[in-house]
Amino acid sequence: MYDVYKIRQAFPILQKLIDGKPNIYLDSAASAQKPKAVINIMNRILKNEYANVHRGTYALSDKITDKYEKARIIVQKFLNARSAQEIVFTRNATEAINLVAYSWAMENLHQGDEILISEAEHHANLIPWQIVCQKKGCVLRVFKIGDDGAYLPHEFTKSLSDKVKLVAVTAMSNVLGTIFPIKTITAEAHKIGAKVLIDACQAAVHQKIDVQDIDCDFLAFSGHKTYGPTGIGVLYGKSELLKSMPPYQTGGDMVDKVTYQHTTFAEPPSRFEAGTPAIVEAIGLGEALRYMQKIGLENITLHEQELVKYMYEKCREIKDFKHIGSLPNKGGVFSFQVGNIHPQDLAYVLGKEGVAIRIGHHCAEPLVERMGYNSVARASFGLYTTKEDIDAFVKAVAKAQKFFK
Amino acid sequence: MEDINVISENFSLLEDWEDKYQYLIELGEKLPPLADKYKTDEWKVSGCQSQVWLVPDYHDGKLSFEGDSDAIMVKGIIAVIMAIYQNKSAQEIKKIAVEKIFAKLGLQEHLSLSRRNGMMSMVDKIRYYADSFEK
Ligand SMILES: Cc1ncc(COP(=O)(O)O)c(C=O)c1O
Repeated sequence: MYDVYKIRQAFPILQKLIDGKPNIYLDSAASAQKPKAVINIMNRILKNEYANVHRGTYALSDKITDKYEKARIIVQKFLNARSAQEIVFTRNATEAINLVAYSWAMENLHQGDEILISEAEHHANLIPWQIVCQKKGCVLRVFKIGDDGAYLPHEFTKSLSDKVKLVAVTAMSNVLGTIFPIKTITAEAHKIGAKVLIDACQAAVHQKIDVQDIDCDFLAFSGHKTYGPTGIGVLYGKSELLKSMPPYQTGGDMVDKVTYQHTTFAEPPSRFEAGTPAIVEAIGLGEALRYMQKIGLENITLHEQELVKYMYEKCREIKDFKHIGSLPNKGGVFSFQVGNIHPQDLAYVLGKEGVAIRIGHHCAEPLVERMGYNSVARASFGLYTTKEDIDAFVKAVAKAQKFFK
Repeated sequence: MEDINVISENFSLLEDWEDKYQYLIELGEKLPPLADKYKTDEWKVSGCQSQVWLVPDYHDGKLSFEGDSDAIMVKGIIAVIMAIYQNKSAQEIKKIAVEKIFAKLGLQEHLSLSRRNGMMSMVDKIRYYADSFEK
């Protein structure tokens, strides 16, 4: 464990008053705040060290190329990938998943093949597969989860026929907090020869990810949720798979030899990084991952488990508080409904009290409907969240209840 | 239907947001409920976090509206918007600086584009109706 109050000092925005009130930031699942280390390194590069990568023949370009490629190595170590060649920088997780949809699924799936996802997917891990199915005549299968948000092994295995060529699942639901057993899922899928893509957007923030241990074929996450900047995300892909895939976009920086009529493409990961990449952001992401590793992923998980326990306890004090996703061992994401207060009404009052939560369908509309709602409120935690944040949340909800009695 | 000048005057007497919100809730409660037959996708204003419906009516060259929402606060805001736009010609509607009125009421955040509560979508829809009835 760590001293969360000391950690908070590293996040300038958490020290600020927002409209005169302390910043009770309970929307880290949407995007996390940034520590000084990330802000500083990005500032420093923009001020003193900026140039394009892979192109120049001068000192600045060499140095920044070196930093950009070192960021890739940091990501490799963060995920425990076999080599840095397995790490592709993208704009975000959404682009990483689309890359797999276009460069792998469109090339390798055929009429009648099936793609299997869970009911708990974010639109980013749903819509690309719908498009693949429409274009290629494949079938999108969706395996059921429990009403409490639980992963149900028999529902998964029931849907896993040998027609399934790809299993694409989230490692942790951004609505329910449910943690999916991705290692078991991967092993089962591999038994029937399907490939596996893991959406690690939420999981990467909360637990150690080891792609060799999971043995997944692809894995995606976004930098802005792992305390890094926006505009940068990661696709991990097994080397032999990436090598077999055609480019997703074409242009500069990703070629081997170009004539007017013909081009041979560079090896991965360059093959998938067309054009000037998000250089400063990639380096910022590297710094963010280093920051998390310095604190220790195990410690981050422990701190979060404490908060989850505390949140469950405190919410019992609120009358008519209903959890949407109620597993005891879930991640720090709490969707909820209070009595019959509309989430929009709740958000107005919480907003005024300085408590930042999110409402809506959280880019998982079919899931929210499946749970019986068309909009839900969600409070989510980061490594800097405190019990006092939770207390403030509970107080604000109580106030809203008085309001809408 | 309350007169917007009366609403405005009442708002000016309220100091903190709690009282303003309470007053909005009261306005919402007084808003005549929309018949269920209009609570369909056809009359839904898209882009809102809550369900919002808007039904126009055209009489003697003037437009009026009925609106409703499943969220209480939103209903209050709709009541204000209704008061602003009730019984006006298309020309008049287009001249109304609704952002200024909301700013004066201290409710500007409820019309901001950044808040995706979509109340601005409702105003856009009213303006759209004004455009189409003008032709
Ligand atoms: C589980 C999950 N998958 C995918 C995404 C998409 O991430 P991004 O918008 O950064 O591409 C998110 C972010 O909201 C998420 O929570």
